Amino acid sequence: MDSEQILAQLADKMPGAVVSSDIARDGMLNIHTTREQIIDLLQLLRDDAAFGFNFLTSLCAIHYPENVGQELGIIYHLHNWRQNVRIRVKIFFSKEDPKVPTATLLWPTANWMERQEYDFFGVIFTGHPDLRRILNMDDLEVFPLRKEYRIEDGTRTDKDDRFFGRDGHVGQTFE
Amino acid sequence: MQVQSYFNSLDSIEGELATLNLGPTHPATHGIFQNVLKMDGERIVHAEPTIGYIHRAFEKLAEHKPYNQITPITDRLNYCSSPINNMGWHMTVEKLIGCELPKRAQYMRVIIMELSRIADHLVCNTVIGVDTGALTGFTYMFQERERIYDLFEEVCGSRLTTNIGRIGGMERDFSPRFHKLLKEFLQGFPARFEEFTGLLERNRIFMDRCIGAGPIAGDRAIAYGFTGPNLRAAGVDYDVRVMSPYSSYEDFDFTIPVGTQGDTYDRFVVRQEEIRQSLRIILQAYDNLPQGEYHADVPDFYLPDKPDVYTKMEALIYHFKVVMAETPVPVGEVYHSVEGGNGELGFYLVSDGGRQPYRLHFRRPCFIFYQAYPEMIKGSMLSDAILTMSSMNVIAGELDA
Repeated sequence: MDSEQILAQLADKMPGAVVSSDIARDGMLNIHTTREQIIDLLQLLRDDAAFGFNFLTSLCAIHYPENVGQELGIIYHLHNWRQNVRIRVKIFFSKEDPKVPTATLLWPTANWMERQEYDFFGVIFTGHPDLRRILNMDDLEVFPLRKEYRIEDGTRTDKDDRFFGRDGHVGQTFE
Repeated sequence: MQVQSYFNSLDSIEGELATLNLGPTHPATHGIFQNVLKMDGERIVHAEPTIGYIHRAFEKLAEHKPYNQITPITDRLNYCSSPINNMGWHMTVEKLIGCELPKRAQYMRVIIMELSRIADHLVCNTVIGVDTGALTGFTYMFQERERIYDLFEEVCGSRLTTNIGRIGGMERDFSPRFHKLLKEFLQGFPARFEEFTGLLERNRIFMDRCIGAGPIAGDRAIAYGFTGPNLRAAGVDYDVRVMSPYSSYEDFDFTIPVGTQGDTYDRFVVRQEEIRQSLRIILQAYDNLPQGEYHADVPDFYLPDKPDVYTKMEALIYHFKVVMAETPVPVGEVYHSVEGGNGELGFYLVSDGGRQPYRLHFRRPCFIFYQAYPEMIKGSMLSDAILTMSSMNVIAGELDA
């Protein structure tokens, strides 16, 4: 089962679910979808014999402050153990409305994974049975892994990326 | 007319549920775990784990450190087998920068990783013994763990939080003393380990305590994201070393032991057998240790020889660039996983070309499978719950990151 087959099957079984797709640097297929379709898509990927992605390897959030209206994202790593294929499913959404339907109904393991991403990024997983902070203290008022929170004294200049030909987090191409 | 409720009567404690606070610092839990238990006598009706007591913000820290400075962070995930974490991280960066290691370096890594797997499983299995009241095996096997730590010390200078290896290979070749110590270990360990096995594996008291304690079925284990020995004890033969071989694991002949019941005894036996299999791998890797370089040719990431730094301009420049993290890094995202002591330890690295990761997510097996703990101990005795926790080998550092 290679990437083209997965995409062709998806276009057949759930038209419109794949907004875009690409192959990551590690060769894994990335599928971008919308949060409205994410649970149906994950369920299809898990239950349909053509896909068989039975295992939720990990679930993590990411924050791109520059992508206005699409600042926050959730990345699901799925793994088909029978054929040993891994894919990523990604959704992006606004920081102002950080709501994502929960995957706990599909995999109980999503419970703490989602609590963790709520704790660090403030993503609200609707329908989650127990959405509380998990690693940080309950009365913390920020979501510390968002990019606006510095880790150390912001007046330090010795670790400024601009001294190394780079402007903050804006990437440069390698080759 | 008054109805006297049976449960409300004050002169009876029957039917009352007691709340028991187990932890966060409890001598029986080997680490900082808190469980608020609802107890019906000695039976657990409900458990509510609280975690995060040693959370150190590794994912945030990693976004502020150059790649080579992240290795010491990974030490502190599962600190019972830090070399596996270190090398998992190195391999993630190597995957990102597209660096292929010489065979010798890969085999050296396999030897170190399997030694640390033995150390990790030894701690877990001897502690199961301790929690069932058998301290002797623990004291003997800790001497073996010391021998393994002596080997680590010989390679990298430290014992527990090793920071072993570098991006692009090993930091130095095995020293003559390492060869001597490893040969002694390989010669002496099997017999001493079988002594320990003889104490517990078919011990009637031990078996009665462990069989049936904290079981989990295979399909539940998969749904809960179990990997590693805990999953294999439930009868599912998933192992990253076989499924997605890294560091030349495909060259070695070893078997993946599986259990049937997913209970404490099966977890114990699976780890016992994995120790023997790890020994097999080490023997194969050591006997066939290829000649050649112990690191790849990646001057952008791998520090040059120190004498060269003082005498050659090129080496000085690279030294400066590596230390100051002024190296161009490819843009992209990679996921790499290794078979850690407790299962699939994954690193999801997103690079934007900056000198630090844009995002680094650790898939920490302990964090993921510990959420099944309340389900596994529901209805069991408190003493079984303690045993279940030690047999799951929940390491606080990996749990809380």
